[in-house]
Amino acid sequence: MSWYFSNDKPIFQQLVDIITTDIIIGKYKLGAKLDTVRDLAVEAGVNPNTMQRALAEIEETGIIYTKRGDGRYVTEDYSKIASIKEKYVNGYTEKYIESLKNLGLNNDEIAEAVKKLLK
Amino acid sequence: MDLIMECKALTKVYTNQIALSNVNLQIGKGRIVGLLGPNGSGKTTLIKLTNGLLTPTHGEILIDGEPIGVNSKKKVAYLPDHNFLPQWMTTQQMLGFFADFYEDFNMQKAEEMLKSLEIDKKRKIKTLSKGTQEKVALIMTMSRESQLYMLDEPIAGVDPATRDYILRTIISNYSENATVIISTHLIADVEKVLSDVIFINKGEVALCDTVDNIRQKEGMSVDEYFREVFKC
Repeated sequence: MSWYFSNDKPIFQQLVDIITTDIIIGKYKLGAKLDTVRDLAVEAGVNPNTMQRALAEIEETGIIYTKRGDGRYVTEDYSKIASIKEKYVNGYTEKYIESLKNLGLNNDEIAEAVKKLLK
Repeated sequence: MDLIMECKALTKVYTNQIALSNVNLQIGKGRIVGLLGPNGSGKTTLIKLTNGLLTPTHGEILIDGEPIGVNSKKKVAYLPDHNFLPQWMTTQQMLGFFADFYEDFNMQKAEEMLKSLEIDKKRKIKTLSKGTQEKVALIMTMSRESQLYMLDEPIAGVDPATRDYILRTIISNYSENATVIISTHLIADVEKVLSDVIFINKGEVALCDTVDNIRQKEGMSVDEYFREVFKC
């Protein structure tokens, strides 16, 4: 099956992250219709209930919405996606900084380490 | 929750061995449930009780609110853990046999699955390999439009690629209101498709929870958690 899941987190949370990322990078365009829960579940190789729960969770952030009797769509409002993107960027960065702090690096050294690898 | 299956104080004793002891379970509609436990823990006994192949010593089972009987059997599709296929028939003949036998047998669904697994319908069952026979048996079971599928070790003898196909088939074929109960040791393979798991040990229910809850609470996969709980 095509989607990869790690062992330490609930599957629905990982689905939320994967689909949100796909929306952020524009794999699903603004205003595009999403596949049905069933189709997405088959594609990911997961239980349809789990997929349903993940989509409901994403819907709460406002980047997708349901048209009654029709299906789910990506928002047309890019500012909503931008704010979720910022949240994800902050989340990943905090995690990264945290692990470098655990290695005993101070702020300057962390900035230096990032700059070095970005070149 | 709308229940498809309910066990109340279910107990099964063989001559002088307790196979199931005071099992209370409620299983809702539209779920895919993993029935997990070490060898000899009572999984097959529980499955056979739901099919009416065994009768309880104490307690009862209700299928969709009814006791085990003709009506419950119409609603339950059962895949045994041993080979039940009529060896002398061709797959083609067996399709006809199943269609005659079960009102809810969906011929089109069966034909599609046989085709996508490239199984030659003209060959006699006994000439098919062990793995292929298992695939045919599963196709026959999943082609019924049932409300409850009881699959006893459905993927043990097939290769990993076919396992994935079978799991996808289960997800895409079971209807919104149908429940699938899968007994297996291959937890890592099935974990993603399960909504709930039941751990059964020495005839007792040790745990009954959703996969996501277990992962959240324990911070590990169900497979890892099983290894910890049942460490030898």
